[in-house]
Amino acid sequence: MIAFVYKRNVITIFMSIELMLNAVNLAFVTFARAHNQVDGLVFVFFVIVVAAAEAAVGLAVVIMLSQNRQSLSIERINHLKL
Amino acid sequence: MSVPFLLFFVCGVLAVTGALLLIWAKEPIHSALSLVLVMVSLAVLYLLLGAPFIAAIQIIVYAGAIMVLFVFVIMLLNAGAEEHTDFSRLAKYIGLPLGVILIFWAAYWLLRSPAGGGGVTGGLIAGPDSTQRLSKQLFQQFLFPFEATSILILIAILGALVLARKQE
Amino acid sequence: MEFISQHPVLVASIIKIAVLLVLLMTALAYLTWLERKVIAHIQSRWGPYYVGAHGLLQPLADGLKFLFKEDIAPPVTDRLLYTLAPFIAFALALTAIALIPFGPPSVAFLHGQAVFSVADVGVSLLMVFAITSMGVYGVALAGWSSNSKYPLMGGLRSSAQMISYEVALTMSVVGVVLVAGTLNFNEIIGGQSGPFWHWNIFGIHQGGFPQIIGFLCYLTAAIAETNRVPFDLPEAETELVAGFHTEYSSFKFAMFFMAEYANMITVSCLATILFFGGWLSPFPDSWTWQEFLPGAGLVLLGIYCAYDTVTEMRGMARIQLAVVTLLCFGAGLICLLPAVAAVILGPFWFVTKILIILFFYIWMRGTLPRFRYDQLMSFGWKLLLPVSLANLVVTAAWLAFGWGKHG
Repeated sequence: MIAFVYKRNVITIFMSIELMLNAVNLAFVTFARAHNQVDGLVFVFFVIVVAAAEAAVGLAVVIMLSQNRQSLSIERINHLKL
Repeated sequence: MSVPFLLFFVCGVLAVTGALLLIWAKEPIHSALSLVLVMVSLAVLYLLLGAPFIAAIQIIVYAGAIMVLFVFVIMLLNAGAEEHTDFSRLAKYIGLPLGVILIFWAAYWLLRSPAGGGGVTGGLIAGPDSTQRLSKQLFQQFLFPFEATSILILIAILGALVLARKQE
Repeated sequence: MEFISQHPVLVASIIKIAVLLVLLMTALAYLTWLERKVIAHIQSRWGPYYVGAHGLLQPLADGLKFLFKEDIAPPVTDRLLYTLAPFIAFALALTAIALIPFGPPSVAFLHGQAVFSVADVGVSLLMVFAITSMGVYGVALAGWSSNSKYPLMGGLRSSAQMISYEVALTMSVVGVVLVAGTLNFNEIIGGQSGPFWHWNIFGIHQGGFPQIIGFLCYLTAAIAETNRVPFDLPEAETELVAGFHTEYSSFKFAMFFMAEYANMITVSCLATILFFGGWLSPFPDSWTWQEFLPGAGLVLLGIYCAYDTVTEMRGMARIQLAVVTLLCFGAGLICLLPAVAAVILGPFWFVTKILIILFFYIWMRGTLPRFRYDQLMSFGWKLLLPVSLANLVVTAAWLAFGWGKHG
């Protein structure tokens, strides 16, 4: 979360999102083990799958952005208009 | 100090170290590799928590495919070292203290709940995951979300394809 | 001694890992020898003949060469990644072999630890795929950190090839998993017990569909996954200098080299476990004379070596051949002892089957031309993946409707 707020490189910001999702996964698995239920693991499965899809699309967006702006710094990708 | 407990401790330390390296690394490719380290240590933790199927899925999907995608993009875009700019004052004076407070608050509630704290010394007792149980739930109770995620992946593939095409 | 009885898992694992490492390194070295000999004979020439008797010391000479060669350090972009990449590749290749059972789990030592597999997870098949899917990192990082365009192109192409064929690899195996009903290696092998027509490739034992197509898809995808001919464009000598390991010399190159052979061995082990019954013997278990096969085989080998010793002209080679003869006879006589024979039968069959598949690999290398890169990628996605998916669907339908079950 700290990296998400502080870093300037778009890709690093993306990676910290993945890190947060992983932390959530860990919490889910732990709780599934503690209550001896398997539903937590089902949700972990879905989180992994959705994170994969979102990473693919997000990286495609990043590639396009960097080609348009010639820079990966988030201060320079500020303007919403193309 | 049994072997599973030692392993749990080592993996926990590795995971936190990887996360810190992610934040402090100057080059994005070092950040990507430390994220891979985090994911692998999390996978070992899942193994210790009695979920071998999820551990394998984590490595195959997350560390073996998503992070490879990250590494490819970093290589293609040739992302260099970070520029150093000053943090905005808002982030420094309000954001950081709030973040620290959040961490402590979450830790407090976790330790207070009845299930927290002592779970890991049970070691390698078979946990809730046997692949059969998991797949039964997945294909019976959660069938609709399962199919919905496959459509989601299809949409994601199409979206990535469209976005990455060269603009004519 | 109490330490051993308190931590049987730890001590047994350390011993097994040490033994496995030694055996595996020797096997890797002699696999290179085997490959050079077989390719040479396909090309109507003898391979290494001069270094030891019949070239048997050639791997030793190659190893020494790699150790003493000058370690050129090109101007790389990132010294850490450059040094790390071959180690990652090699470590992952070795880790995957830890999950493979070489013999029946009933053979035990040290308070009941199975002798023949270092680790037995509930989902071993998935774990092996997880480890091999991480192998892409070694290649991609090696290509990128060498500061030159040929390795970069080679590395990117090779890693794209590896991740494409990974999908087909996994799909072609799911048919076997459906028939066996489990992801665990020991149980998959257990489901194939009996004479050889119970093996998964014929598939009729548990009411499943014959997995011939699955096996062929798996073999093709595995050859592409390990970057061997006919899919080795990214590292072919005439195409891209040497692909992603152009800038590596001596020890680091040797690590890539060994990682490739170790990957080959892993994939062949998987093929035998999934399709050919692992360490089970092809004859029915009631033929107890088959316990003497390993011993008899080694003794025959010893007789051949003795003949060679007698007819050899050069002095040094004659002495080496005499040593090899004595070793063969000794090992053969040890294997004929009833206590040892029962134990060694499982690994013997396993190693025999792996050698057959490896011979097939080397045979393909000596015979086929290589694919162009776009042909390679379209083959993987447009042909291999649909075929393996079709295999999966047909197997699933066969099992679901129960057409294969007899009574």
